[in-house]
Formats: sequence, C-alpha cells, structure tokens
Amino acid sequence: MAFLELERLTKSFGTHNAVDGLTLSVEQGEFVALLGPSGCGKTTTLQMIAGFVEPTSGAIRLGDKDLLAIKPAKRGLGIVFQSYALFPHMTVAENVGFGLEMQGVAAAERRTRVGEALELVGLGAFASRFPRQMSGGQQQRVALARALVIRPQVLLLDEPLSNLDAKLREGMQIELRQIQRTVGTTTILVTHDQAEAMALSDRIVVMNQGKAEQIGPPHEAYERPATPFVANFLGKTNLVNGASVRPERISFAAAGLAGTVRTRIFQGNHWLYQVDTASGLVTVIRQNSGEAMPGEGDAVHLAWEGRA
Amino acid sequence: MRAAPYLLCVPALVLFAGVVIVPLVMTVLLSFHDWGQYKGIEPVFILKNWQEVLGDSYFHEMFARTFRIAFFVTLLAAVFGAPEAYILNRMRSPWRGIFLLVILGPLLISVVARTLGWALLFGGNSGLVNKALMGMGLISAPLPFMFTETGIVVALAHVLMPYMVLAVWASLQRLDPQVENAAVALGAGPFTVLRRIVLPQVMPGILSGAVIVFALAASAFATPAIIGGRRLKVASTLAYDEFLNTLNWPLGAAVAVLLLLALIAIVWGANRLVERRYAQVFA
Amino acid sequence: MSRNGPIALAYHALFVAFMLAPILVVCFVAFTPEGYLSFPTDRWSLRWFYAIAQYPEFISAFWRSLWLGAISSAIAVGISVPAALAIARYRFRGREALTALFMSPLMIPHLVLGIAFLRFFTEIGLGGTFAGLVLSHIVVVLPFALRLTLASAVGLDRSIEHAAVSLGASESVVLRRITLPLVLPGLVSGWALAFINSFDEVTMTVFIAAPGTETLPVRMFLYIQDNIDPLVTSVSACVIAITVLALLVLDRAFGLERLLIGRSAGHGR
Repeated sequence: MAFLELERLTKSFGTHNAVDGLTLSVEQGEFVALLGPSGCGKTTTLQMIAGFVEPTSGAIRLGDKDLLAIKPAKRGLGIVFQSYALFPHMTVAENVGFGLEMQGVAAAERRTRVGEALELVGLGAFASRFPRQMSGGQQQRVALARALVIRPQVLLLDEPLSNLDAKLREGMQIELRQIQRTVGTTTILVTHDQAEAMALSDRIVVMNQGKAEQIGPPHEAYERPATPFVANFLGKTNLVNGASVRPERISFAAAGLAGTVRTRIFQGNHWLYQVDTASGLVTVIRQNSGEAMPGEGDAVHLAWEGRA
Repeated sequence: MRAAPYLLCVPALVLFAGVVIVPLVMTVLLSFHDWGQYKGIEPVFILKNWQEVLGDSYFHEMFARTFRIAFFVTLLAAVFGAPEAYILNRMRSPWRGIFLLVILGPLLISVVARTLGWALLFGGNSGLVNKALMGMGLISAPLPFMFTETGIVVALAHVLMPYMVLAVWASLQRLDPQVENAAVALGAGPFTVLRRIVLPQVMPGILSGAVIVFALAASAFATPAIIGGRRLKVASTLAYDEFLNTLNWPLGAAVAVLLLLALIAIVWGANRLVERRYAQVFA
Repeated sequence: MSRNGPIALAYHALFVAFMLAPILVVCFVAFTPEGYLSFPTDRWSLRWFYAIAQYPEFISAFWRSLWLGAISSAIAVGISVPAALAIARYRFRGREALTALFMSPLMIPHLVLGIAFLRFFTEIGLGGTFAGLVLSHIVVVLPFALRLTLASAVGLDRSIEHAAVSLGASESVVLRRITLPLVLPGLVSGWALAFINSFDEVTMTVFIAAPGTETLPVRMFLYIQDNIDPLVTSVSACVIAITVLALLVLDRAFGLERLLIGRSAGHGR
C-alpha cells in the first residue's frame, strides 16, 4: 500500500473547483513535485494535506491513518512555507527546536538534535543568530532544518526556492535533493518552475485547473506528454503540421523543411534559434559544440526524426 | 466559526453604542429642550433654540467669525505648510527624519502649552513678535495681536500646521521621483516642474490636509479661548459659555450640533469634490 | 534626489523657527527670576519651578492626568486588540463600517464630545467623577490605540502561526508564544500614543471635569484664563519636557515617523 494517498480530493469555492478530484499515491521516501501555473490548485492541495484548508470531499491517508480526522497540530508533518515563516523573535536554535519543544523532548536531547539538523543544512555556526540577521538563502535552510528535525513522516515544501535569485536557486536545488536523499523523508514539493520540478523529483504531477493532467517520472512526462498542456508546460515545444517536436530534436541538415533564420540567441551552452518556415515560426535549440552555426538571415533546412 | 470576528468586536461595539452613540443622540435631543433660569432644563420638544441659533444675528456673527478664522487658518497652513513638506521631502536622511520630528512632534505637546507660548509672544508692548516687527522696521507701533482675530488665526495656524505638513508629505511619498527627472530630461525648468508636474499631483494631499485643518480650526476651543479672551467668541467658546456660565444647556447644545452638522456638510462636500476631480488621476 | 537650494533652506529655517518659537518661549520664561513676565531675560532662576510645590492643585492635577492617561490607554488597548485581530484576519460583512465607526472619534469635534458626555454623565450620575473621565478618554484615544494594534496585527505573517501549529503547538501556545510577543511592540506603542493624547486632552475634558477632578491641562487652562504669570509657564515647561522625553522613547522603540505617518521616511531615497 502506498505511504501517502490522496483519493478524489476536491476543494470548491462556490462554483469554482480549486482542486478537482485529485488522486495520487506516494511511496515512502519518494520525492513528488506538484507542478503547474498559478491557480492550478497545487498550493491548495498542499494546504489540505497540512490541514490549514478543509477539503470539500475526498480522503487523505497517511499509512493507515485518516489524516483528515487529525488536527493540524497533531499531523506530524514538516512544512517549509514560501515566506519561510521563521519566528522573528526567536534565535535560529530556538526556531529549529520549537517542534521538539512541542513534542516534549528534553532540553539536552533537543540541543543535540538541533545541532545535528543545523549541521545537515550547513548552518552549524548560526545557532544563536536571529532570522533578520541572515540572508534569504540562510533563512530558507533554517526553515528546512526546523521542518526536518522533528523527523516528519512527510515533508511539504511550498515553493521554497521562489524567493531566491537564480544562481542561489540552482545551488539550493542540488542541496535540497542531497539532503532529501540523506534523510530519506517522503517529500512533496509545490512549484511553478518546471525545470526545478524535473530536476528534483522522482515523479512529477502536472496540474491544470485543479486536475492532474499527467503523473509520472519527469523524463517520461517530458518525452511523452499526455496532453498539449503538458507538452507546452514542460520545456518548449513546436507544433509543426500537427506534430509536436521538441526544439532540441531539430537539427540543421542539407535537406528538410526550408526556412530563414529570423533570430539567433547565444545562451552559453546552447544556441536558441527562431526560424521562419512555411509551417510557421519554429524554435530550434542546438548544443554549443564549438562548430560554426547558421547566422541571422541565413537560409537553412530543418530535419528531425519521424518527420514526414 | 463565522461569528468569531463579530464576537471579537463586541467590547468595542458595546463601548461605542453605550458611550458614543447614546450621548450624541441625547445631545441632539437636548437641543430641542426648553430652558429657563429658574426652572432649568425642561425635556420637551420645541424649536426655540434652533430658531435662535439660526435666526439671531448675534449667532450669525459668531458662526461667520468661526468660519472666517478657520478659512484663514487653512489658507496659511496650505500656503506655508505645503512648500515646507516639499522641501523636507528633498532632504537627505538623517536631516529629513530629524526635521520631521521637529515639525510633527509639537502635535503631541499640549495645545495649552503651545498657545501659552503665543500669548507670551503676543503680550502687550513687550511681546516678542511686536519687538521683532518693529526692529525690522515693518511697523512703527506695536500691533495688537492678543484678543484679536488675527492673533487667533496665527496661533491656530501654528497649532494645526503639522496636520497640513503631514498630509502633503504623505501625498509626496506616493510620487515616483523619476517622473520629475523625466520632465527635466525633456527640457523643463525647475519652476515648470513644480507648477506642471509636482503641484497637480500633490493637490489631493493639500486638499485633504485643508479639510482636516479647517474642521479642527472651526471646532478649536483652547486657543481661541486663550488668545481671543472672554470678549472675542467663536462657536466653541460660545457653547462653553452657555454650558458652564449661563447654564442654558439646550442652547449650547444647539450651537454645538449646528457646528457639527456644518462641518460634516463641508467635509463631505469637499471630499466628494476632491474624489471626483482627482479620481481619474489616481485610479 | 535633488538638493534644496539656499532659498529653500532659508525658508525652511524660518519655518522651523516659527514652529519652535512658542515652545521655546515658554521654556525660557519659565526660568525668569522676576515675579512678572519679562522677556527676554539675562538671568536664570528656578524659583518658579520650586513654586509649583506651593500649588497643590497643580500637583494633584498632574497625578490625576497621569493615572487617567495610564488607565484609559490600557483599557483602550485592551478593547482594541480583539477588534484589531478581527479586522486584520477576517473578511466579514460590515468590516469597513465597523472600522470607520471605531475610528470616528477622530472626526467628531472634541467640543461636541465634551458636551455630549457632560449631558450623558449628568443623567447617569457619573457627572464630575473620575470614572466618567476615564470613559470619555477611552473613547477619544481608542482610534490611536486601534490604529497601532491594527498595524501590528496586519503585519503579522499568518504563515508564522501556521508554522507553529504544524510543529505541534496548541492554540494557547500559539497565542502565548507566537502571536502576543510579535504583536507586543504595537500594543506598547498604541498605549504610549494613547497616553500622550489623553495627557494633552483639554477641550473635551474642560466640560466634564468638576473642580475636584481636574486634569493638568484643564487646571492650566483655567489658570491662564485668569492671569498669565511665570508659574504656569514653569508648569508648561515641565509638561513639554515630559512630552519630549516620551517622544524620544517612542522614537527609539517604534519610530516616530512610523507612528505619525504609518511608515518610515525611507533610508536615503
């Protein structure tokens, strides 16, 4: 049996269904990402699991327990909020130790475990600092330590990296993945960033207007999108003569779909092209292999596997 | 569940219903009662007081004076307070913060103490104001300020000036400083920028400050009482007289209620004007 | 940010002088050694400060004002906290109307309030009592207390309380360990602002205070109506000094600009 089960979970506000019959089974130790544009229902789903929003109908089970029958304070879930929600009037150590305090853990053991948790996120030296004395990235790690130290059955992450700048976000993604692997906690991540979802998760749930359009490993969802929405949301895609083609699958060849290069943008490890063709504007992505590439205004031919 | 917010508001609601609304209603009713020197207050419903307040030329004069004073106070506050707010806004910190404190701080100092200062400055021949004016050669003999309308206007303008500075300052905060720079880049001189760019945007702030200052000036009590003395009366000191000296409470109530109604009408009308005129600018 | 030219700065200097002149004059005259008002003076004396001790009515009025301010502000804050939490957290029908109602004493002339309370208290037997004073002061300072407690309640990130709940905290723990400590600065500033307003209030109080229950501003006002002599200036100087002290404390604790305007003046725009 799955570890965490969402069964036909629904939340409606009046006539509008924020979450519409969502069914999902999460295995123990799995990292699942809820991905979609704003308004798709991913955050509402997370809030229902956490207990801050009551579902209109449906069930949530953790192990053999009916989670909906348990008050939020007793669900034992670890949550990292989008704003981190650190207690500003407490030190880092007091923040991280708060959950253990609530569990009645003795002071000595609390100190040890808080120390371990801070080491895990690389903030061992910051125990007596206050949140306002720390950067955004550091605060985010404190929030993570606070959620993990209570050894939760499930870790819920609500867009934890969205407030960080690009470079920091990349580094944190790798760290987050490593920590999750080390600790082995079942994790549910909510994000609107498809690259982030694909990078971190074992399985991805692409949501749109309250429904799950596709559930599966990132690689699979990317290569074999179940719906046009998924195809467009995960990475870029072209619609050429009714067929969906990924930009990186198209190459410049001697013969193929004729076109003229309208724009060429260098992006470091790859080139991004926009080519005017008889079938419309086609986006092409080519790896930067050091070779000479077509320039703006050049006449080219586009070829890809399976092209009629 | 949904009752929670209402329950939380109960203490405040009880306070207001019992201690604000009831007394106000009672005051309105009081203005319709009869009064005699020997019989005291008679709880009937007559229009005698209202007829007197609205018809007697003495009361016309009182209210005319009250609103005249309020008008000039508002004018002074707007003319002198707005530029100061603008100048403050262009200062760098820490000066800006310091002077904001210096200018707005007096709001929290007792109005009696501030008015006393003016009484000292105006006082007779040794008053500092007169000494300064004579010293600068602007006048040859001391001007009377105490017990004159001019004195009341100057003192009230001082007391209420911070409200105008506050209102204009708050409105200046909403301005995008880059807009001024854009005008300069397009060739506008400093006065043009002030007149065509800054002033129109700051007008709503000036007007809302003017409404506050006018209302406070018209209902001011301590300053007109001290500077104006017993002979120069405005609506509030008149009401005070009726209540605490003559003991004709119903008449005093009529004066106060009329003042309140007049102010409500003026404030509401002015706000409507400002909203309509400036709604397009600040959607 | 363009700088101010010399004309602007000169205007500013004159303006500041205008704003400070009456206050400074009162303080200077308070130190005059003469038995009458003389200004300017080149000799200083504390005789008029010592003389305050000879006027027990000023001293008792001072203590009364102090107690009145402290008590009415505390009660006003106590009433405003639940209302602030309600207004800040819930979207309920009548929210705007209730807020406007609670802020309305700011719009009602204190003259009218004074008259209304005089009539009301006389009818219910509270005329000229300290309890009546407290009630009336609670009403006029409530908007100030509410404004600050509301700002605090609004500024409290709800997800912080959610975080505490998710870590196992019960409702009372959340209130005690999280909500109240974070809302406390707003409560204290609300109390302080309310206190200052109560301490200075004269227009309304002059109607409802009887000879035995006068507050300091009322006593000063009545004294000035009869004569203006150095004694009342020394009392005023003391009041000014206390207020300035309270302002400095408030500025340290909360930020005076935030207090008066609702936001900081910006850190070097």
